[in-house]
Amino acid sequence: MSVIPVSWYLVLSAILFGLGVVAFVFKRNVITIFMSIELMLNAVNLAFVAFARAHNQLDGLVFVFFVIVVAAAEAAVGLAIVIMLAQHRQSLSVERENLLKF
Amino acid sequence: MGFITQHPVLVASVIKIAVLLFIVMTALAYLTWAERKIIAHIQSRWGPYFVGAHGLLQPLADGLKFLFKEDITPPVTDRLVYTLAPFLALSLALTAIALIPFGPPSVLIPVVGQQAWSITDINIGLLLVFAITAIGVYGVALAGWSSNSKYPLMGGLRSSAQMISYEVSLTMSVVGVVLLAGTLNFNEIIKGQSGYWFHFIPRWHVIPQVIGFLCYFTAAIAETNRVPFDLPEAETELVAGFHTEYSSFKFAMFFMAEYANMITVSCLATILFFGGWLSPFPDSWKWQIFLPGAGLVLLGIYCAYDTLTEMRGIARLQLAVVTLLALGGGLLCLYPPVAQVIQGPFWFTTKILVILFFYIWMRGTLPRFRYDQLMSFGWKLLLPVSLANLVVTAFVMIWPWLRHG
Amino acid sequence: MILPLIIFSLCALLAVGGAVALILSREPIHSALALILVMVSLAVLYLLLGAPFVAAVQIIVYAGAIMVLFVFVIMLLNMEAEERTDFSKIAKFVGVPLGLVLIVWAAYWLAHSPAASAMGTGAAMEPSSTRELSKQLFRQYLFPFEATSILILIALLGALVMARKEE
Repeated sequence: MSVIPVSWYLVLSAILFGLGVVAFVFKRNVITIFMSIELMLNAVNLAFVAFARAHNQLDGLVFVFFVIVVAAAEAAVGLAIVIMLAQHRQSLSVERENLLKF
Repeated sequence: MGFITQHPVLVASVIKIAVLLFIVMTALAYLTWAERKIIAHIQSRWGPYFVGAHGLLQPLADGLKFLFKEDITPPVTDRLVYTLAPFLALSLALTAIALIPFGPPSVLIPVVGQQAWSITDINIGLLLVFAITAIGVYGVALAGWSSNSKYPLMGGLRSSAQMISYEVSLTMSVVGVVLLAGTLNFNEIIKGQSGYWFHFIPRWHVIPQVIGFLCYFTAAIAETNRVPFDLPEAETELVAGFHTEYSSFKFAMFFMAEYANMITVSCLATILFFGGWLSPFPDSWKWQIFLPGAGLVLLGIYCAYDTLTEMRGIARLQLAVVTLLALGGGLLCLYPPVAQVIQGPFWFTTKILVILFFYIWMRGTLPRFRYDQLMSFGWKLLLPVSLANLVVTAFVMIWPWLRHG
Repeated sequence: MILPLIIFSLCALLAVGGAVALILSREPIHSALALILVMVSLAVLYLLLGAPFVAAVQIIVYAGAIMVLFVFVIMLLNMEAEERTDFSKIAKFVGVPLGLVLIVWAAYWLAHSPAASAMGTGAAMEPSSTRELSKQLFRQYLFPFEATSILILIALLGALVMARKEE
């Protein structure tokens, strides 16, 4: 009975994290940037669960629980800020937020 | 053939899924028939009567109508989301039924040795059913948004906001049952409800958790968007809410998804509060295994009486077929080995039918809530009551340990 | 024996496909749907890794609540739905390859790290039970648990205050 090696999950996690970074850097819509942050957090969660299975301990799963909760709190506050920004500037593009630009 | 003998579990599961899907779709169709008949009788009229004897072929006629109706697609800006929403709603509604056990796990399929009455038996079955219900919100929200029109957008947003608000109360009201049972596994929860107080009152969770059951039922009605919580899709309010712009088969998918959600929620209520596939009569009453057969035979006798006296023409022929099926099924169920096996599903189905009757009864009699009344009811009354129920249940459960130090 | 392999490949393909769709979509609602697909396939991977409770929590909280929040905000702020991706030349010809280099480098080093090769195929695959997880959560990690509940309260208050209309 062959089981998937843990390193395969880690590679998948790395790929997802890298794709999240690429999305974060290259997208202009502030909500899409937020979603790329959630993608990066998900990739990290996958790595945590893979390691928890590898070492056969439950601490990794507890940490995943906390990451999900913190991501929820961050999404709520962040989206409230985004709504206020959008209503103020009438646009969702990050390039328009240039009031503090040098 | 080698594949079948090497992977018997997989093949058995696929066959079970196909059979369950067929049964659920038929049940959905006849649930619409039952709803129309019951509401009609509440309103002193007959309901479907002429399409087949007593309107029994009405669901078939409706299905054919939906298949052949013209599929009008409004000028939507987002084809992908517009087409995806009904598929998402229906597939999620049907997936939740895969986790439900319809009978005791001791009944096995002879050749394969697998449980006959449930497709899966996961240790966290309850959580997964709630997870699937949680994603069901997307079907409604995306349908409303992609329709490119005012009424569906308002209806979709209101409906999905209502669904996520009552989802919290739904989950909280069930945690009391989980505390009593000590597990999230459906079969274990049902087994924990076996046994009797005073030898004849069954130990169902509805008795210690009455408030939990009432909260659950109210939240479930709101979750499935039924009267009295159906303002977002009522015909007099927002045209038809989020499914205004959908026609023919896509509308049929939303329609079926709503009834499938109703069936899922009733199955959950039966498992969590009413003992699932356990019988309400003590085990020492041995005659109870003949109840399904007796019931079917009585139905057959009534149908025979109706055939001979009331019906005319082709309805007579159809009702004669129904009579023969009922009598045949009844005699089959009176045969003791079959009667033993069919006990679990029989009690489960009876309890679900009673709960669905309550659903339909409420649709026929109650007026609907206004939207702000609905939301304040969910957040300001139902959630605190569910939380209080949870705290009191937890307190009562640890009281013996608190007293003994 | 081959079934875990099929499920893993399918879910991995769906997850990477969803992430790529997130990058390449023009409408934010399509990116949100792609992200939901990623989350659900990751939940299936958690089930495969023997963590059913985390899979259920991922779907209920992440895909069923957080992404609903995202979808609502996208629907309410439906301006600039069409996002034109006209990158500068530097971004296209230097940035994207550098991003790919990051992905490949991270993947390679994670796969060949001493810890990964020492772990091999992982221990026996009996799933973790909810009871054990809750024992850990409420005994060893009680303080972070209470701290996160206060964090959620703060986030709730913050979001309420900010989203209120000016009176």
